[in-house]
Amino acid sequence: MPLDNNIIQRWQKSEVLLLGGSAGSFNLIFQIVKNFEANLNKTVIIVIHRKKNFFSEIEKLFANNSRMPLKEISDKELIKKNTIFIAPANYHTLIEKEKCFSLDVSEAVWYSRPSIDVTFESAAEVYKDNCTAILFSGANQDGAEGLLKLRDCGSLTIVQDPVDAEMPQMPYAAIEIKAADYILRTNDIFELLKTQ
Amino acid sequence: MISQQGILPAPQLDELIDLIKKIHGFDFSAYSKASLKRRVLRIMQNKRLEFYDLKHILVNDRAFFQEFLDEVTVNVTEMFRDPSFYKALNSQVIPYLSTYQHIKIWSAGCASGEEVYSLTILMREAGLSKKSFIYGTDINTEMLKEARRGIYSLKKIKSYAENYQYSGLKGSLTDHFTIMYDAATIHSELKPNTLFSIHNLVSDAIFNEFQMITCRNVFIYFETELQEKVLELFYNSLSPFGFLCMGSKETIRSDKFKKKFKVINSKENIYQKIAT
Repeated sequence: MPLDNNIIQRWQKSEVLLLGGSAGSFNLIFQIVKNFEANLNKTVIIVIHRKKNFFSEIEKLFANNSRMPLKEISDKELIKKNTIFIAPANYHTLIEKEKCFSLDVSEAVWYSRPSIDVTFESAAEVYKDNCTAILFSGANQDGAEGLLKLRDCGSLTIVQDPVDAEMPQMPYAAIEIKAADYILRTNDIFELLKTQ
Repeated sequence: MISQQGILPAPQLDELIDLIKKIHGFDFSAYSKASLKRRVLRIMQNKRLEFYDLKHILVNDRAFFQEFLDEVTVNVTEMFRDPSFYKALNSQVIPYLSTYQHIKIWSAGCASGEEVYSLTILMREAGLSKKSFIYGTDINTEMLKEARRGIYSLKKIKSYAENYQYSGLKGSLTDHFTIMYDAATIHSELKPNTLFSIHNLVSDAIFNEFQMITCRNVFIYFETELQEKVLELFYNSLSPFGFLCMGSKETIRSDKFKKKFKVINSKENIYQKIAT
């Protein structure tokens, strides 16, 4: 599907980009991070499922390959533009209306902590239509409900086309509950994020 | 009627906070709102309660309030949570603590006691059992009862045992437990060095002097002003050069207290009180 003006405009006016993914999304999100210019003028928040006690390898790899400063989120950290934030393993990441992060160690959601649903749901109330969210490949249904909440609050919601997803369950789960404004092929996602 | 999913406007949350403070004496007004709101919504959904029903039941049903408290104060904990933290304690803090005649440790927000027993085991392995004493406090009396029992399901013990392996301590976690059927009980000789009691960081005062305070994954539920207030309490509760251990994603954000504590380990957020 070619990118229409509506999607481009909504992406461009977004102050924050949320990326959520699980199994099979790592390389894609890594590639997206690599492609960003330093002056994107947005905040990027990444939630990827991973195991506890597997310390920060993702952050190191991402940080070494990113032109934008990249940080693992710590509690009550202020949300800044031109920064990529990664949700830490073993915590849920929530967004407060004062635009800072708060963390939470409550039970896993869909066996996941961080849970994409938790971050997306709290972001929806804070950012409303100033937000773009993309849900990628994954082997469970975390993220779908959160994406729906974002859509209900006016955010631009995009799901990776299941035909391109290594693990299509997560995209399917979101599409099924009509959480997606757009279902995009991977190439189109890259194309969209390039427009500034 | 079932409440519309995911809706709890800020004024309604404030109303609940107010009501709980008046009736039950717990003050949640300086708790992180996004997390608190999510907890309350979860209760409303699980119990199929409308906002007005929730208010009513919070006023009239004490037993329900206990359930409510269990749900809103996140009691998720593990033994040897963040094994790298225990490694750091062993190499950077224990050698210092071992020079004291008596070592008093306060585990603030101890929930079901896992951290208290982890510290007890750590002290025992360091040969410091005889002179160390560990206080666990929490606002939840039911949690404290569980902590005093020191009985954990085998399923939990299995995941705690994995943490233990990474912590660098010798042997295995089960060396410190008696296993019966599907549960494990902490060895009775580890219990006399512990005391569990009620304490609310929001409203209660200093009750002793400590050489080390651990308060891990509690600050995340507090807004920054309350964090600063509790830091004051901790600072005043520590002996000179006492240690403060925070969670792996928690840091001292207050400029005032950054000056009063020296960073011992920036990754594990271990601090030492310094003279001012």
